[in-house]
Amino acid sequence: MQQFVNVTLSGLTQGMIYAAFALALVLIWRSTRIVNFAQGSMAAATAFIALALINAGQSYWVALIVALASGFILGAVVERVIVRPVEGGPELNAVIVTLGLFVAIQALIAIIFGSSFQSFPTPFGVRGFTIGDTTILLTPTSVYIIVSVLITMALLVALFRFTRVGLAMRASAFGQEVARLLGVRVGRMLTLGWALAAVVGSLSGLLIAGGGFIYPAYMDSLIVFGFVAAVLGGLDSPVGAIVGGLILGLALSYVSGYVERGSALVNVSALVILMVVLLVRPGGLFASSTARRA
Amino acid sequence: MSESQTPAPDRPAGELIEEAPVTATAAANVPSAQATGGRSFLPKSTLLRHLLVLVLCAVGAVILLEITDPFTNSQLASLTYYAIAAGGLTVLTGLNGQISLGHGALMAVGAYTTALFLQTERGEEPLPLPLILLISVVTATVVGALVGVAAARLHGPYLAGATLALAVGLPGLAVYFQGTFGGDQGLRVRAPQPPDAFTSFIDFVSGNAATGTKWLAYVGTICLLITYFLLANLMRSRIGRTWRAVRDQEVAAELAGINLGAWRVLAFVVSAAAAGLAGGVLALVVRLAAPSGFSLVLSLSLLTAIVLGGLGSLLGALLGSALLVFLPPFVTDLGGSFGLDNTKAAQIAPFVYGVVLIVAMIFAPAGFVGTVRLRWMTYRAKRAAAGRATNGG
Repeated sequence: MQQFVNVTLSGLTQGMIYAAFALALVLIWRSTRIVNFAQGSMAAATAFIALALINAGQSYWVALIVALASGFILGAVVERVIVRPVEGGPELNAVIVTLGLFVAIQALIAIIFGSSFQSFPTPFGVRGFTIGDTTILLTPTSVYIIVSVLITMALLVALFRFTRVGLAMRASAFGQEVARLLGVRVGRMLTLGWALAAVVGSLSGLLIAGGGFIYPAYMDSLIVFGFVAAVLGGLDSPVGAIVGGLILGLALSYVSGYVERGSALVNVSALVILMVVLLVRPGGLFASSTARRA
Repeated sequence: MSESQTPAPDRPAGELIEEAPVTATAAANVPSAQATGGRSFLPKSTLLRHLLVLVLCAVGAVILLEITDPFTNSQLASLTYYAIAAGGLTVLTGLNGQISLGHGALMAVGAYTTALFLQTERGEEPLPLPLILLISVVTATVVGALVGVAAARLHGPYLAGATLALAVGLPGLAVYFQGTFGGDQGLRVRAPQPPDAFTSFIDFVSGNAATGTKWLAYVGTICLLITYFLLANLMRSRIGRTWRAVRDQEVAAELAGINLGAWRVLAFVVSAAAAGLAGGVLALVVRLAAPSGFSLVLSLSLLTAIVLGGLGSLLGALLGSALLVFLPPFVTDLGGSFGLDNTKAAQIAPFVYGVVLIVAMIFAPAGFVGTVRLRWMTYRAKRAAAGRATNGG
């Protein structure tokens, strides 16, 4: 029983991170119909910036804010300079461009910061809370992860629901030409969308790094998990991405917790889940639209 | 099928006109030299023409392998497995429009199969090498068929994501079944000794020492030539034309009685077979099959090779693979001379791959071979038009 609780709790914590990353992918997919495979590398880049600041003596919180801000700038620059020329073209071209970006940024990180494993601090403890005599696997860090992802999601909902900018962004994602006719600067909204997505992706990169090690390729499996979570939710729906992330987090946690030497099977399980979803319910578990473009 | 017919998302009309969707696969669309007419010294029959080119290439390869030093020989051996895999991938992506990031994983299937079949008890002879490579091809084909069935229903980003999951996930199996596959350490491959016929052949041709490295370079070259000969014939056949139809006009193709899904699976299977052979050759040349050798970067380098050369062009795939082999030592030295240490300098090559992918897609989506071919055809068309203008009237 205790193991079940622990595995479930760690699954939920991981799931929140997957959900945040999936949300970043969904934000970009909704507005530009591009899956940003470079998301992981971009997040890793901001995590290395944060680590450099922390090693230089800054506090975790300063580093966090600088990393998120640099994620914002990176996202905006990437959209405006690199992705804009292939937007609306053949979908294969956009896929190849984001993959190129993925490799290039990852290699650049290795050139600048080195390829070795570096430990990344976390502002809270990693010892579980004790209830009575038993220690459960809910640590202050996992509470921090869950709370910060929830706050981010609340802020995003507020942005899209209650502000003019959010309305304009929704409009340009829904129908570019109509939005343009109504005076929305669609180009700017797309840039802003990529920038916000990069911030969310960067946050998930920092959260998964906390208390562990980072190296240039540490986000590789998170791209897969984020993508699987997003597809579980249908790629189009932010709520679906969050639920998909939690489901995936739990499923993978059960695999690594209950199967002997299961940690080697986590990536394969994600592949199996993705295949099953794509074959059985290609629209995702929460397909809202009648037809999907795949 | 009907799902994929929904119109593309609305795009601002102004932007579209400036950048009319340049198809990434221009190289694959160029008709063969025969079809464009004009003078040609090559035979009319496609099969004969390809056979002639095959013989010329074989002679060229022998000359190249005999005039170069042993180190270059081993580099050329690496070139062969990159080129075999890239050739398969360019058929899939260029001709049929399906992207795959999982070819590194399919190469792993071939490599592990070869490694397992070469592992024998002391004193026991392993199966003949061609048979082992054939088994590797068949194994990779079976895995490729499984992936292909799932992939046939996907396209674009979905397919990229699914094959990405394959590339990241499959090496984990080698770690999980460490009893069979050797875990993180991988399997060491005992490369087979060159046969006597090979020694006397080399002695006859050049008198060079018939070393194990040279034998492996020849094995790779033979596999490469066979693969490219078969692929070239396939591309110019009814099958190749059908793949192009499936890629370009789904609706028209289906109306013409083409079963889209089956043809997509077939493209994946053919491509996986090439990847399996490439993996087998890789295991022989590198003498190791380990999970770290089949990282995501391998799949992405293959993609770089075919994008740079021009999607759908075998010559382009070969040139792109040459870049994968000869660029890393060059840029690593360059990085070293700028004061980077070895591990950092080694990362310059993947950085260049990424930049090449981006730049090629933005500025020359047809790739190197495609762009040159398009220029040449434009030039010829202009000259022909000018000729008609002066003659007619």
